[in-house]
This record gives sequence, structure tokens and C-alpha cells, in this order.
Amino acid sequence: MEAVRFDNVKFSYEQEDEYAVNGVTLSVAEGEFVAVLGRNGSGKSTLAKLINALLVPTSGKVTVFGMDTSDPKQTFEIRKSAGMVFQNPDNQTVASVVEDDVAFGPENIGVPREEIGKRIDFALDAVGMQAFRQATPSRLSGGQKQRIAIAGVLAIRPKIMILDESTAMLDPRGRREVMEVVRRLNKEQGMTVLLITHFMDEALQADRAVVMHRGEVVMDASPEEVFSRSAELESYNLTLPRAAAICKRLQAAGMPVGNAFTAEELAEEICKSLQKI
Amino acid sequence: MLNDVTFGQYYPAKSFVHNLDPRAKIVFVIAYIVAIFLAKNFYALGALLLVTVFFILLARVPFGRVLRSVKMILFIIVFTAILNLFFYSGESAYEPLVDWWIFTITYESIVNMVFLALRLFLLVLGTSVLTLTTTPVALTDGLESLLTPLKWIRFPVHELALIMSIALRFIPTLTDETNRIVAAQKARGADFETGGLIRRAKSMIPVLVPLLVSAFRRAEDLGDAMDARCYRGSKGRTKYKKLVFSWRDALGVLFFGGVITGIVFMNLYLGAKFDIIGQIASLF
Repeated sequence: MEAVRFDNVKFSYEQEDEYAVNGVTLSVAEGEFVAVLGRNGSGKSTLAKLINALLVPTSGKVTVFGMDTSDPKQTFEIRKSAGMVFQNPDNQTVASVVEDDVAFGPENIGVPREEIGKRIDFALDAVGMQAFRQATPSRLSGGQKQRIAIAGVLAIRPKIMILDESTAMLDPRGRREVMEVVRRLNKEQGMTVLLITHFMDEALQADRAVVMHRGEVVMDASPEEVFSRSAELESYNLTLPRAAAICKRLQAAGMPVGNAFTAEELAEEICKSLQKI
Repeated sequence: MLNDVTFGQYYPAKSFVHNLDPRAKIVFVIAYIVAIFLAKNFYALGALLLVTVFFILLARVPFGRVLRSVKMILFIIVFTAILNLFFYSGESAYEPLVDWWIFTITYESIVNMVFLALRLFLLVLGTSVLTLTTTPVALTDGLESLLTPLKWIRFPVHELALIMSIALRFIPTLTDETNRIVAAQKARGADFETGGLIRRAKSMIPVLVPLLVSAFRRAEDLGDAMDARCYRGSKGRTKYKKLVFSWRDALGVLFFGGVITGIVFMNLYLGAKFDIIGQIASLF
């Protein structure tokens, strides 16, 4: 089933003439893991906010499971099915105790009390933060805070999880923690994931990579294909994942290695090429 | 500079006081504040101090932690105390100790100063026991519940409670941010430590402006995050934590009722605060 659909969507912020999102047509299937890549100002965050009706298209149409985001009557249902995790972990926590914060979403949608407890259990287990149930979010690490934010969204039981640069402010360890949780949600629970990021390495874990440039979708293919078109990527001011970049330079230097995108693949390719010698 | 802001910060522990119903605790603190202002002599204040210390022990919060929140308003206490020392205008039964220009110090003004300082000290001490043992969420839940009757006159009780809990939740975040900005401005050669009061106040402007700007940005982000998590006011909203009034709370209410009655009796039968001058004089 189609989870999200963009139909020739244009959007401009009030004070600007230029379209932040300029004629995007895109379809995301249920259960898919899509990475949206792009430089700052490419319109990728705007794209994310258009999905759960935080922004409404200037022209064109966005639908979530068939519900039109421009219809105010549907907004609530749309937000129930499309949860969103933001960039700054400090700015999306409403409560001073982890479990209270996770309870915020279910409370808003009117879940009965006993059920909220179960949902908190489920959500905290899913992100591996059950031990921190009574902790104070401000004392946790960035990665832990972001996992709590994910739990807060999970407790609403959405079908789609949008991560708007949710790893941008984290250290490498926090990034790994969050990415692991996201990948597990996608693989084990069939959660549709839209990962907005400017870290190319993260896109490798997705089924599909969408590249945005100046409000338009300029590439839409498997991450491997997107990263093999490195000249095109460079023209959008994007770089290759680190391992892929090293691989390319090795190839340019005349080493007989095949294409590799992750560190593991690269290591394997290098071993193989060394065996040949 | 702002590391000592413990006010509004919860101290997690398991104790009788922590487990009390927040509504009961809020009522206690209001009663406590009233008692402080009713107190007319040192016996009453002393009794209140004992009660507070007893509650701090019961709450298992380290004394250092409680005193830190007093440290924060120490300046205000000292300032009002000094003002009262010099400008006490009440009648005096004794010769003034100092009478120079507009400054007059009498025995009464000294007693008055001590009394006032003690009062303020108790005020902060007692209220910080509340905030140290009650999570902001419980606190606002309690307030919301206590203010529910106001819904009849269309007073936005739920919204007010939420605003309060978010304000409390952001105290540590904004404190961290202030420290970061101070460090950043220091690195650029800003000077916060020297100069007179006005110069120091002025030196805070480069800290306050970015702090304010960032607070607005945070507010906007938070608004988006709340929207995304289906927030739409109190409409159709359930509550995860229900406040339960237990026998413990009843016990607490009884105890506090006793304390207030005690203070009233102390006021009636144990004289006024200035009696202490005569009592000290009689020792010599």
C-alpha cells in the first residue's frame, strides 16, 4: 500500500518568492525505508514537514494513506499515522521525567490510562531505554535523548516514522544508537521510515535514496546506484560515503577493487584484490 | 555563574515526602507560607524551622542540596535585611545605637532584620523542599487538579498547567545554554567579573540577547514537536498519572493542621518578636 504520496507539490514560505519545495512528485510504499539527501536549504526538511501537515502545500497535493494533508479535519488522523522526530533533542521533550514525556503523545490522542502504561513499556523496550523510565531527560546523552524522542513517537503507534535530521546534533556513538533503533523498527516492525539526513553513510541503510536539490527531487534510486553516480552527486554539493570515497580513490590509483560503499564491503574488496596479487 | 540553580530541580529519591500527593504538598506549602507570615515571635519561627528540618530529613534530600537553593536568593535576603536595619521606622523603646544622617540603627531594627532574614530563609527553604521532592509534572498535575473549579469560569487551567511544566522543564536546558554563551563571550574577551553594578549588568546584555533569540527558536521547535505528537489542547485528552489521595496524605494534612494551630497558639501566648531584646538584656 502507498503510505505517502506527493503530487506535483510546491511550497514557499510566506516571506520568500522562491519555492522551498518545487514540483515534487514522490511515492513511498508502506514498509519502505527511504533516505532523503540534500545540502542545507535543499528543501528536504520542508518536505518532511509537508507530510504530517505541519506545513500545507502552496499547490499540489500530499496524501498520507489516502488522507489529504490540506484538509484540517484529517490533520489529527494524519499525525497519528505519521510520527516525526526532530533535529534538536532538547527542543522536543515536554516533560522532566522520561515516562511522562513518552506518555505525552498517547495522552493527546486519548488513550485510556492502563493502555498508556503498556504503550510506554512497548516504546521504551523498542528503543532500549526501559532502564531510564524514571530518569530526567536533561541528564541523558544526546543519543539517549533522541531515542526517548523516538519512543515518544512510537507510543502513538504511527505507521510512518519521519526523522528530520535527527542525528545531526549527535556524536558518532549517538548516531549509531539512533540508526540501529531506526533500522530495527523498519526491519522487525515493518515501520515505514523517512530518514532526512545529510550524512551519506546513513543513507546506505535505506532501501531507497532520494536526492533533493533546490526544492526538486533530482535523483531517486537505490543508495548503491545513487552513490555510483558520483559526478552527479558532486554537482549537487554532496559527497560520497567515506568508504565509497576511499574505494573510488583506490580505483583511480589503479588498485583492482570492485565498487564498495560500506567499510565492511571495502575491507572485503581490498582483501580480494590483495589475494589476486 | 548559574551552576547553582537548583530551584525547580527535582531530586530523585524514595521517601515519604516524595510519595505524598502533590495536591497535599501544595496545600502544605501555602499553609506554611501563611504560617510564616502569621508568626509574630521567634518561637513560632523556630518551630517552623524545626518542622522544615524534620521534613528535609524525612525527604532524604541532602542538606547541602537544599541550602544551594537558598544561596541563590542570598543576595535578596541580605539586601532586604540591610535595608531593614537602616530604615526601620517603628517606634523604639531604647536609645538608638547609631543615628547618623538618614541612618538609624536601634535594637528593634536589629531584631527586625534578623526576623525578616529568618522569614525569607524559611520561605525559600520550605518551598524548595516542595520542588526538590515533587516532579514538575506532579506539581503541575496537582495545581491543575486544585484549580479545576476555575474551569467553570472558563479559566484555561490545563493550558496554564502545561505552560508551567514546560517552563520548569526548560530551566536546566536554558541554564546550560547560558553557561555556554557566557563561556563563548568570555572567549571573545567579555568581562563579567569586574566593574560596578551597572557595568556588570551591561555586560550581561551580550548574554541575554542570544539567550532570548534561542529561547524563541526553541519555542518554535517545541510547538512543532507538540503538534507532531497530536497535541490539540485539553480536548479529548487522557492522563497517564492519576493523583491518588492516600492515608499518608491524610496523615500529612492532620500533621500540618496541627502545626498551623500550634503557630496560632504560639502567636497568642508567647509574646511579640521584640520581647527578645528584654530577654537578652536580662541575661546581663
